[in-house]
Amino acid sequence: MTLFKRNLILIVIAAVIIIIPLILYSGGGAEFAGADGQAEEAIGEIDPNYEPWFSGIELPSGEVESFLFCVQAAAGSGIICFILGRMTAKPKADEADQKKDKKPKESKR
Amino acid sequence: MIFSKKERNITALLAAVSVLFAWQAQAGAMHIMEGYLQPSWVVVWSVLCIPFIAAGFFSIKRNISGSHKKLVLFALCGAFAFVLSALKIPSVSGSCSHPTGVGLSAILFGPFATSVIGLIILVFQALLLGHGGITTLGANTFSMAIAGPLVSFGIYKLCKKMKINLSVAVFLAAFLGDLITYITTSFQMGMAHPGTSLMESVIKFLGIFAVTQLPLAVVEGILTVVIFGVIKKYRKPELEELRVL
Repeated sequence: MTLFKRNLILIVIAAVIIIIPLILYSGGGAEFAGADGQAEEAIGEIDPNYEPWFSGIELPSGEVESFLFCVQAAAGSGIICFILGRMTAKPKADEADQKKDKKPKESKR
Repeated sequence: MIFSKKERNITALLAAVSVLFAWQAQAGAMHIMEGYLQPSWVVVWSVLCIPFIAAGFFSIKRNISGSHKKLVLFALCGAFAFVLSALKIPSVSGSCSHPTGVGLSAILFGPFATSVIGLIILVFQALLLGHGGITTLGANTFSMAIAGPLVSFGIYKLCKKMKINLSVAVFLAAFLGDLITYITTSFQMGMAHPGTSLMESVIKFLGIFAVTQLPLAVVEGILTVVIFGVIKKYRKPELEELRVL
């Protein structure tokens, strides 16, 4: 099996694992809220008197937060694709190009 | 991972001071939310991180920054963790969490260099996304950038020694590193909010964090195997130099 085929299959499996919960709860019954929100509730149960003593930067809205998360993912995947693109470029083609570039220059001199 | 004598001394000194300091202060995720750790715990976890971060900078300077190709690989690992930690993925528990993405870097560059990557991501998320927090930065760094990568690195080396298939080794390292991060978080939360009994509280948080994380850890393991396969195919000499292969 080629690396490409194997990776394709692996990515499909990963996608299925992500989709399964969505199908499982498709009739409702799950909010898909963040696990950190649930933890806040749990602390409320364990320690009803606990008040968060520091609140950080409040984002104006959920839209802004999802925008910033998008920026994070986009920036990261941009860098990944750039590096993988360079890494997987065929070195022979590069060398051939360089030879082509060099030869005319040398002949001019 | 080779350190000079001076670097080793500085790291050891920082480690000793930090343990001593953490001991004294103790008298008193998803990432842990802002304001949900008491000030004494904030100090304990932050101080415990310092020697690892210092060792991380030494490790980067010594082992990575000299070679252009290794630096690019390091950037790739950082970007990989950056992307994965931005993806909030639904889980079978009916809630969402996100992978850590630091397993790849831990396998390639070791736990120390990885702690720096983790710290950068957590600072970004705390300052710009209001995710995690500035006061809980130390605790989150300890779980995601130190405990997780340490386990990933250890598991990978162990699998390599036992001559287990390389892809399986990478999967196990990333999977267990991700899981340990959230188990650590559960313990940190349980210790900060013990309620009536410490273990009861820890188990409660494990139920929230670790169960949600289980399928996500599998996803992280699979994606790490995918990208590791590509790196192995095209950057074999560097991986051999880093003693990954």
